[in-house]
Amino acid sequence: MANQSLSARKAKNVTMISLTVIGTLLALIPLFSIFAYVLTRGLPAINIDFFTQLPKPLGEEGGGMVNAIAGSIIVVGISGLIGIPVGIMSGIFLSEYGRNRFGRSISFLTDVLLGVPSIVVGIFVYVLLVLAMGGFSAYAGGIALSILMIPAVTRTTEEMLKLIPSHIREAGLALGLPKWRVTLFIVLPSALRGIVTGVMLAIARVMGETAPLLFTAFGNRYWHASLNDPIATLPVQIFTYAISPYKEWQAQAWAGALTLIVIVLIFNILARVITYRKNH
Amino acid sequence: MNIRFGDRLFKGIAYVFGALILILFLMMIIKLYQGSGATIAEYGFSFIFGSEWSPYNDVFGAWPFIIGTIVSSLLALLIAAPISIGIAIYLVEVAPKWIRTPVGFMVELLAAIPSIVYGLWGIFILAPFVRNHIAPIFTETLGTKIPLFAGPSYGVGLLTAGIVLAIMIIPTIASISREVIRTVPDSQREAAYALGATKWEVISTSVLTYARSGILGAMIIGLGRAIGETMAVTMVIGNAAKIPQSIFDPAYTMASVIANEFTEATSNLYVSALIEIGLLLFFVTIFVNVIARLLVWSVSRGTQEVK
Amino acid sequence: MGIEVKNLNAWYGDLHAIKDINLSIPKNQVTALIGPSGCGKSTFLRCLNRMHEVIEGTKVTGEILVDGENIYGTNVDPVTVRYRIGMVFQKPNPFPTMSIFDNVAAGLKLNGMRNKKQIREIVERSLEAAGLWDEVSDRLDKNAMGLSGGQQQRLCIARTLAVNPEIVLMDEPTSALDPISTHKIEELVHSLKENYTIVIVTHNMQQAARVSDNTAFFLNGEVIEYNTTKHIFSNPSDQRTEDYITGRFG
Repeated sequence: MANQSLSARKAKNVTMISLTVIGTLLALIPLFSIFAYVLTRGLPAINIDFFTQLPKPLGEEGGGMVNAIAGSIIVVGISGLIGIPVGIMSGIFLSEYGRNRFGRSISFLTDVLLGVPSIVVGIFVYVLLVLAMGGFSAYAGGIALSILMIPAVTRTTEEMLKLIPSHIREAGLALGLPKWRVTLFIVLPSALRGIVTGVMLAIARVMGETAPLLFTAFGNRYWHASLNDPIATLPVQIFTYAISPYKEWQAQAWAGALTLIVIVLIFNILARVITYRKNH
Repeated sequence: MNIRFGDRLFKGIAYVFGALILILFLMMIIKLYQGSGATIAEYGFSFIFGSEWSPYNDVFGAWPFIIGTIVSSLLALLIAAPISIGIAIYLVEVAPKWIRTPVGFMVELLAAIPSIVYGLWGIFILAPFVRNHIAPIFTETLGTKIPLFAGPSYGVGLLTAGIVLAIMIIPTIASISREVIRTVPDSQREAAYALGATKWEVISTSVLTYARSGILGAMIIGLGRAIGETMAVTMVIGNAAKIPQSIFDPAYTMASVIANEFTEATSNLYVSALIEIGLLLFFVTIFVNVIARLLVWSVSRGTQEVK
Repeated sequence: MGIEVKNLNAWYGDLHAIKDINLSIPKNQVTALIGPSGCGKSTFLRCLNRMHEVIEGTKVTGEILVDGENIYGTNVDPVTVRYRIGMVFQKPNPFPTMSIFDNVAAGLKLNGMRNKKQIREIVERSLEAAGLWDEVSDRLDKNAMGLSGGQQQRLCIARTLAVNPEIVLMDEPTSALDPISTHKIEELVHSLKENYTIVIVTHNMQQAARVSDNTAFFLNGEVIEYNTTKHIFSNPSDQRTEDYITGRFG
């Protein structure tokens, strides 16, 4: 009897452990499937024109997404110009001055903002800026993305600064340096590598965002005349082409997806390389 | 006490940036509330439960989208939770050391893929696969008796959205669960081993019991992600503004109706209805995230006290 | 530059860590603070350059006169106090992202000194004073974390000396070091008193006997006995001091 229950227990052990392996494999199938399809469908549509030409009118062969690729860089650039400094300063606040009730509430709200769906940020910026400025624009798109970036950069900065041991701060203060110099020139540089990693990941994330751009940056089949005009971005262009009924547009959507994935992966890998070098 | 001007100035600046987070949060609520003024005046609370969405007649109710959101996210959680917990257990308790880093990296890579790419893969690859291979398994058996599984399947629909969402939230749930399981002290495991438990018994009795509320928190954070996810869902859910009867029916979520119809909205009431759906979505995700953070905090607090 | 401590009290939250201490620390001598752990000797030391108040929820009352001026006076800037009264910590804490040179120069540069030649001179002089120059002169641009623990601690001493303080406070500076490094630091302390007033906290009574001119014995936040080191170690007047230095408790 005892033996039987032992063998039953062992069988259950093997079954459950195998299930964890199966679960892991199950999650990796879509990963490989996505990469395989993006490569096999995207590569054939990629050529010099794709990176140098504007979209061609419907019915004409060829054309590219150069305006959307440049647009993405511009919009993400605007978001970084706003989001990175603001996020770092808010992170400094949380880590260096946030050990009180106000700081804890801000920390909590940062978590809340991290969970806000990006589409909600999109309509918020629409109501706040697009209506006020009288139209879609690269600025509105950049600001929408920066709102997604701020809580992410804030959180990483806070966490990285908190990892810097207090004795480093004390060493600075004991040299007769004012706290702001100790924070900016000793503590912040010590945490810089971790913060850069977090910033890279935040950039990678907003680079792929579509929803907040739909009614802020909107889209443009041509070059934007100024940053006050609607501007094409890679994710929105992929979306427009993907849901279109035309084969050649769909092919370009795959090519766009491949480009986007490569850009996003580069940022992710850079971020990992930075952390890896820190640990070794 | 005499504190340097530079220090006072810097502290002031830091507080301003801290306050900026609060201002951003408040502005979001205020602006979205203002933007939904027309529907709030017209319908009040009944907007939430109105099941007719007819832009043509200028009649708006959010219920079909709320149902679509709840069902698709729960479906996603149903699929993702066991897989994610399996991954977390595998990576912490089972896998040999040399496998942990690369497999962990690959799972996290799922989180790096942009939503729009999931959507593209969803409509062109997954949707036909669901229509041709997955749906028949259900529609031809259970579906003949239970309406929930009845056909036909168009490929796009609730189940397809649920699967895509599940894939997207797996890395979130898996990585948080992994962290939580890692915090379980080895003494817990050793205590169970010392009683002659098998590996699975150790995992299920000491590890999972100890990590229970943290894993629940991870699942709720995953649910929050699924609720707010927009592009991928918009592309595979089928976009039908009615209450679905079967998991193969096309449906609509709160996020995807905004993405799809916002730029086409013609009347004031239409725009206001979409903004109000955004406001509701905002409140729902706040609520879900608050619950999740509280759960995860309660776990990390617990381990800190031990220390 | 002597230090005159009058009715000093210090708290961590509700914990009364320093109880009404009066003490006079003479100029250009080494004064050791000894006592069992938790007796308040480190807290007292941190009060001497207003580092105690850096920790949240702490409080200090009383007066500390340096050169006749109360460093807790209403118009006194704690940053200036720390500039004049340097501190070396228990664990070596060089700035992790800076080179050896920049570590020593940090206090000068961040306080606004721009003259490169002058900075170089001071860095060299400070490293020499800390007995480290010969060991690092060929790798000043290397990261400071590559040094051994003992070298790091001497680097921290050089960093403190570079801003030219009048008083140097040392909080168990050798507790994390091996015997050879400890010996070097002790020799250094001895040579530094020519130019600086030194207050050193130590848990090691032999060290106190070796390096200091005066010794204060702390217990439960109070100074039980304060006298020349010679007197304390040969003929203590309080029974508790005798018990402690003969190793009966602590």
